[in-house]
Amino acid sequence: MIHFVLLISRQGKVRLTKWYSPYSQKERTKVIRELSGVILTRGPKLCNFVEWKGYKVVYKRYASLYFCMCIDQEDNELEVLEIIHHYVEILDRYFGSVCELDLIFNFHKAYYILDELLIAGELQEPSKKTVARLISAQ
Amino acid sequence: MNPFSSETRLRDMIRAIRACKTAAEERAVVRKECAAIRASINENDPDYRHRNIAKLMFIHMLGYPTHFGQMECLKLIASAEFPEKRIGYLGLMLLLDERQEVLMLVTNSLKQDLNHANQYIVGLALCALGNICSAEMARDLAPEVERLLQFRDPNTRKKAALCAIRIIKKVPDLAENFINPAAALLKEKHHGVLITGVQLCTDLCKVSPEALEHFRKKCTEGLVRTLKDVVNSPYAPEYDIAGITDPFLHIRLVRLLRVLGQGNADASDLMNDILAQVATKTESNKNAGNAILYECVETIMSIEDNGGLRVLAINILGRFLSNRDNNIRYVALNMLMKAITVDTQAVQRHRATILECVKDSDASIRKRALELVYLLVNESNVKPLTKELIEYLEVSDQEFKGDLTAKICSIIAKFSPEKIWYIDQMLKVLSEAGNFVKDEAWHALIVVISNASDLHGYSVRALYRAFQTSAEQETLVRVAVWCIGEYGDMLINNVALLDIENPITVTGSDAVDVVEVSIKRHTSDLTTKSMSLIALLKLSSRFPSCSERIRDIIIQNRGSLVLELQQRSIEFNSVIEKHQNIRSALVERMPVLDEATFIGRRAGSSPAIVPTSNSASLNLPNGVAKPPAAPLVDLLDLSSDDVPAPSSSGGGFLQDLLGGVDLLPGLNQTAISGTNEAPRTGTDILLDLLSIETSPTQSSSSITDILSSSQGDKSPVASLGEISSPPSLSTRATSAGADPMMDLLGGFSPNPPMPDNGPVYPSIVAFESSSLRITFDFSKAPGNPQKTTILATFTNMSQSIYTDFIFQAAVPKFLQLHLDPASSNTLPASGNGSITQNLRVTNSQHGKKSLVMRMRIAYKFNNEDILEEGQINNFPRGL
Repeated sequence: MIHFVLLISRQGKVRLTKWYSPYSQKERTKVIRELSGVILTRGPKLCNFVEWKGYKVVYKRYASLYFCMCIDQEDNELEVLEIIHHYVEILDRYFGSVCELDLIFNFHKAYYILDELLIAGELQEPSKKTVARLISAQ
Repeated sequence: MNPFSSETRLRDMIRAIRACKTAAEERAVVRKECAAIRASINENDPDYRHRNIAKLMFIHMLGYPTHFGQMECLKLIASAEFPEKRIGYLGLMLLLDERQEVLMLVTNSLKQDLNHANQYIVGLALCALGNICSAEMARDLAPEVERLLQFRDPNTRKKAALCAIRIIKKVPDLAENFINPAAALLKEKHHGVLITGVQLCTDLCKVSPEALEHFRKKCTEGLVRTLKDVVNSPYAPEYDIAGITDPFLHIRLVRLLRVLGQGNADASDLMNDILAQVATKTESNKNAGNAILYECVETIMSIEDNGGLRVLAINILGRFLSNRDNNIRYVALNMLMKAITVDTQAVQRHRATILECVKDSDASIRKRALELVYLLVNESNVKPLTKELIEYLEVSDQEFKGDLTAKICSIIAKFSPEKIWYIDQMLKVLSEAGNFVKDEAWHALIVVISNASDLHGYSVRALYRAFQTSAEQETLVRVAVWCIGEYGDMLINNVALLDIENPITVTGSDAVDVVEVSIKRHTSDLTTKSMSLIALLKLSSRFPSCSERIRDIIIQNRGSLVLELQQRSIEFNSVIEKHQNIRSALVERMPVLDEATFIGRRAGSSPAIVPTSNSASLNLPNGVAKPPAAPLVDLLDLSSDDVPAPSSSGGGFLQDLLGGVDLLPGLNQTAISGTNEAPRTGTDILLDLLSIETSPTQSSSSITDILSSSQGDKSPVASLGEISSPPSLSTRATSAGADPMMDLLGGFSPNPPMPDNGPVYPSIVAFESSSLRITFDFSKAPGNPQKTTILATFTNMSQSIYTDFIFQAAVPKFLQLHLDPASSNTLPASGNGSITQNLRVTNSQHGKKSLVMRMRIAYKFNNEDILEEGQINNFPRGL
């Protein structure tokens, strides 16, 4: 399962966090700080997977934002890359050429979309059209 | 308008915060905003509640504390308006986690919302429940979720399925309720419901074995058919990703098939065809295709064997390995590690590519590749592989060096075909990355060097050369210093020059230079300096001309603030000055440390590798016939980590004690440092184990049985504590009560003449103190040279009588000891009588090893319990 989703900017500012496993507030801050350190310092040509504390973290950089998802050891990293891309495409469709500013000022909408995509750390809907339809209906 | 009132729109607040130029400014803005929100909460104003929560969520993301908003979320959830509910649930999911008790208050609202007419509200509730419910909430609301699994709206069904996953993870007992509804979901057509249904089934199988059985029997065929449909389906724009229809569904289905096929041949048969189809037909130029192939390979490797499929899988991995995309290579390396247990040969074919990956610029790939290489090493490829790895060591990053060094040392130790190669490679590693080499590795090197007597000269010369170039590597310095101390005479006389070597000119003074440099360098730590001091002492005996100079160097440490150095320098100085007569005997060549046992121990404690290579590693030739000096046997070679034996039964008890770590599984070998630690803890443990009161497994009546049960086949356990100096020996020997120098000489007997083969052996005083004397008289039966009968006589040297006198003895494994009952257990005072006891010893290494015994005596003296113990090293030769 996906344990948490993290969106951080290149300067290390948090744009979105979603936790599917129990992490206390203190733990959350610690995790964010550590992971930001690890991911933001990775070079561009390196692979998108990082081993971290017994978990795997899959991250992908889109423009100025890093989308990170933390998964278990036995999960399929390539699939999670696809899930990240799925999310980004849905955001793009919804906002129309999404940029970081859209996500800052409309963070609650980004959350609603994420909630249509993932529940309990698992994928909910493989069709972008369906997700878009559901969002516009609510 | 006050920019921080509740009337401020969310957008404006965000803008205001972003406009702040410094962190202090931002904090001020946030503080004002929180104050306004708190005021608004106190007023209980319903209009701005959802705006407040939205603002609070943003502030939370910035990292500020926002717990005062939690109750507001609850109020919003209870509201009748959809937007308010929505933001309330979102706030709930963000600001709270399942461990907070406030969450329980939501249960009622959730229950109502789960029964709501509006399907979107049901969806909100399911989403919230699925993301953060606690175990109690799960139990309460499980029936609702179960019902919703059959709801008319597919979007609700899919959310219910994922919510159910969380419920069964939190409360596994409820799993059985979900089995049937989940099976029904597998027949759905809607992709969202199908995906979530498949995921639910997968998790059910993990949690409940009945679910696994049920799905395996009833659903495998259906799943295979569904997968076939998806694979063969025509272009569907809604689900298309990179030309593949719904890769997510492909992957989930393949994963569920894996869970069902694992360990079950019938299920595996059913899926062979479709897996082959997926493996061959899927396009692998895009990530989506590769993701499916990856999952497919995982499944093929996990289910029951089908030769053709496995070959297919490994081929796919081979292709992945040469892909330019880092991600794919990483994933391939991962899979190959699992594949190695299944088919080593196939993986070996890719060895060259894997070796290339060790040098990759990506740290994650390097790490994986190194682990994989480690698993691939065997006797035939160890030389080229090691060569490559050592070459890489020179250019690798600092962070990687530690791992790489550890692995290289491990490979060298396990698979080295001959000693000279081992020494060469270790020297290269030490010169390159000595500072990363762990203690066990260089200890092992010293053991090997000392065992390879024909290579002593070669080693010391090579180390001398290496020192000239790489003296900054601490461990290299330590090994060099030890060797120069031991074999310094070979160094300057070019003794035992091998054909491949060139002679070098080194004078005694040069050798002393090396040691002096290592002592004086401020980067040297305590171990290096201590080792240097003892090396100097040895050199002062081997090169008498440098004795004065050496003494000067030693004296400089007399005032050292470190106790160890101070003690050593004072003692050695005194040896050099006043005790020249015993000096040469004192620093004689070290007896050989027993290699096979040491290596056996290390092989047992190393990380798991492919089983076939383990047996080979223990066959290293133990090069050299043991030198005539009696090996120093520390019978209790237990490092401070070990708490041996209470778990073993009485008979094997002493065997475990003496065999030590071979028999106790999973022991962690800590470095046996060159200090006084090992012998002392050994003593303590012996104390505990042989103690009648404390040992739980020992029955008091059968002490003699236990003590005489040592087996004869394994070689004695040697102690690496002997790398250190005589003071540690003297600490141990003092417990015997005898003059320390005497015992040292007894242990280090000089190169003897032919062992005494006559039937008469001189009696020895085995133990002497102010209170007790023990003498041993020996006799051997003719025709059976291995058996010796010892008559032990105990005499009381004190003024009071001893009662409850008990003698106990322990011997190393190559000896067998039988104790006959003693003549009495009361020992009259002042030598007015004595106790005698017969001991029968069988020496399975008769002629090669001499007797050694450790003993302990317990008696009552003036109603006090007294314990004395000691080691008897002065058995006559040839027993």
